[in-house]
Amino acid sequence: MSPEDGSNLLESDAASVSFKETELTLGLPGESRGLALIEKTGGKRGFSETVDLNLGRSSTVDSDHKKYSGESETDVQNMAKPPAAKAQVVGWPPVRAYRKNAMKGCKYVKVAVDGAPYLRKVDLEMYSSYQQLLNALQDMFSCSSFTIRNYLNERAVTNQEVNNGVEYVPIYEDKDGDWMMLGDVPWKMFVESCKRLRLMKSSEAIGFAPRTPSKCSSSN
Amino acid sequence: MILAQTRTYTTGSGPGPGPSSSSVLEYLAPCPDQVLENVLENVLWFLTSRKDRNAASLVCRSWYRVEALTRSDLFIGNCYAVSPKRATSRFTRIRSVTLKGRPRFADFNLMPPNWGAHLAPWVSAMALTYPWLEKVHLKRMSVTDDDLALLAESFSGFKELVLVCCDGFGTSGLAIVASRCRQLKVLDLIESEVSDDDVDWISYFPDTGTCLESLIFDCVECPIDFDALERLVANSPSLKKLRLNRHVSMGQLHRLMVQAPRLTHLGTGSFSPSEDVAQGEQGPDYVSAFAACKSIVCLSGFREIIPDYLPAINPVCANLTSLNFSYANVSAEHLKPIISNCHKLQIFWVLDSICDEGLQAVAATCKELRELRVFPFEAREDIEGPVSEVGLQAVSEGCRKLESILYFCQRMTNAAVVAMSKNCPDLVVFRLCIMGRHRPDHVTGEPMDEGFGAIVMNCKKLTRLAVSGLLTDRAFAYIGKYGKIVRTLSVAFAGDSDMGLKYVLEGCPRLQKLEIRDSPFGDAALLSGLHHYYNMRFLWMSACNLSNQGCQQIAQALPRLVVEVIKHEDNLDMDENVDTLYMYRSLEGPRDDVPRFVSIL
Repeated sequence: MSPEDGSNLLESDAASVSFKETELTLGLPGESRGLALIEKTGGKRGFSETVDLNLGRSSTVDSDHKKYSGESETDVQNMAKPPAAKAQVVGWPPVRAYRKNAMKGCKYVKVAVDGAPYLRKVDLEMYSSYQQLLNALQDMFSCSSFTIRNYLNERAVTNQEVNNGVEYVPIYEDKDGDWMMLGDVPWKMFVESCKRLRLMKSSEAIGFAPRTPSKCSSSN
Repeated sequence: MILAQTRTYTTGSGPGPGPSSSSVLEYLAPCPDQVLENVLENVLWFLTSRKDRNAASLVCRSWYRVEALTRSDLFIGNCYAVSPKRATSRFTRIRSVTLKGRPRFADFNLMPPNWGAHLAPWVSAMALTYPWLEKVHLKRMSVTDDDLALLAESFSGFKELVLVCCDGFGTSGLAIVASRCRQLKVLDLIESEVSDDDVDWISYFPDTGTCLESLIFDCVECPIDFDALERLVANSPSLKKLRLNRHVSMGQLHRLMVQAPRLTHLGTGSFSPSEDVAQGEQGPDYVSAFAACKSIVCLSGFREIIPDYLPAINPVCANLTSLNFSYANVSAEHLKPIISNCHKLQIFWVLDSICDEGLQAVAATCKELRELRVFPFEAREDIEGPVSEVGLQAVSEGCRKLESILYFCQRMTNAAVVAMSKNCPDLVVFRLCIMGRHRPDHVTGEPMDEGFGAIVMNCKKLTRLAVSGLLTDRAFAYIGKYGKIVRTLSVAFAGDSDMGLKYVLEGCPRLQKLEIRDSPFGDAALLSGLHHYYNMRFLWMSACNLSNQGCQQIAQALPRLVVEVIKHEDNLDMDENVDTLYMYRSLEGPRDDVPRFVSIL
């Protein structure tokens, strides 16, 4: 992993780091991460044991685990990237949990589903990848059976009980007011620029070509 | 017993009656001691400095007694150093209490939760003995809603509640304070964790009007009812300080500013429009609102700032003495037009998103700057980082009156630190956090010893120091040799051997608070401080090379020291290694609220 260029921090696309990603956790895979766990386990061990137990797990892309680095979640080629150059340690750098959480912020966006009468809100900061977001949307609107066309992995994320599944395409409105496909930009950039989400019926998405055709097969 | 003192005296000096006017003969002549105590009591009322009072109380029994009767502000730097009973027995006429609990490193998850520092025993004792209590200031204490309820019920004249870095309570506790404390002037919640009990606490303030002068709730993460807040502000004619939380949008801020143009301290909330505002729609005139607030000297907030709106604060910039941008992700470009107007700025907190360039702009304009804090937008070790020695050097050259600095960075040089030591001789607080552990001077590759050495050598007023980067024992030798008035020292990932800690313990006679993590100091070093530990408020050492045996030796040698060994919850068997040592002097011995992960030796 190449160290991030410091200038990235300035641009508006460099959203604040989800500090949950970079914190030492002592839990098993699948356990919720973040500060809560650290407080439970009571901080670091000995002087020689200041290593991050997340190393080695950070390379999976499709998992629900928080990513170790801030790299793009969408690039499938990132699967085999090496772990971060330096292990992270509890309580270092010494920034108060309160401040870290405040910087993390809270990014609520409205989600509209074509044909549904109600809007929902999601906090984008709760997720660290497109996959997680799509899974959450799936759960949220599970009362209507549909499949979300997942342009990331070129396969549909399906609801188990789909009957006559209506396929939806997730799009979002960015800061400039343009409607874009999910998956075109790195996750953090997306969080920073997304103002609201819409699950558009696939049938209406015909003219909606994705920006990077190389990633996706042509729509069927 | 103190007599009423309405008669005049013609002699005031020396014991004994001496020659006196006829008026003294009108009543029973008091004995000399009582005369002295009367005079003393009159005089001591005016003594406000804690240090002076402590000194006065040591003169003799009579002075001890009178001092205790005339003290109105009680300061307890470590809530476990003395029991509530002892404190309230000695000082019976207290109006204001300050209590500090957890050690600072607990803020960084280095201590398990539920360690202690409970307010409960204190508020119970004070409820009995201080019916006229007016002010309570707490830092790093665990406060429950019940505690707040007891406080609100027990002190009818209660005026001021300040909670800094506290936790354990929620909006229901706040609601009780708001509704019961009719004389409340100050309710300041600063960096505290407030749980959301779904109670609209703002609406519990009386509708008929309040005496509020200060309402600070920017750390409260729960949404509030804006209408209730607007009514409250309208009903609080004395309000001077208002710091909103991030759930208050710009439009709402505007309405409040219109209601309260006499504010001196304003926390601006989110500083972004609410979602409902359509793009391109004509918003309220924020510039006029700020222009109307001619008294604003302190601005903060900007929690979700849309930088386009920043120029709205221009009208107040020329008067600002304090500006807190530490939650605002703004670039140098955004900052420059604003900061160039802030000529009177004395306190500036900011994110490193402004880069070295932004700091240069600060240095160019803010000649009155006393305190600077540069926080990291991304607190990580493995990135290049937007601020460096360039920013520090610029600040040192431009802000010669600097007294306090906290600077987070990824790379630094000795040269810049040395420059600051020479350019800013008034430095009292120097806290440099090079976020990469063991990182050397990135230009020369050398340890940062010389830089920190220069600080202690040249900054003759320095009392607080935090070190970082690659440091050898030499750095500590400098601190021991030159840091003669250092009171607080923070060390992390530094030093080579026991000698490092020895230099400090043997060389710094004023050392009060020492916090060390992940440094190779062992039992021998710990033992070298035996002569000094009773003079300290506390010593914290985590992830060092201490053993149970070494800590036991300390505990045995110093019976008035409470030696706590804190273990991780999943590692409760007593092996030889000590994870965390926290020790402090105390008049009470081991505390009775010890959680199971703490053992007191």
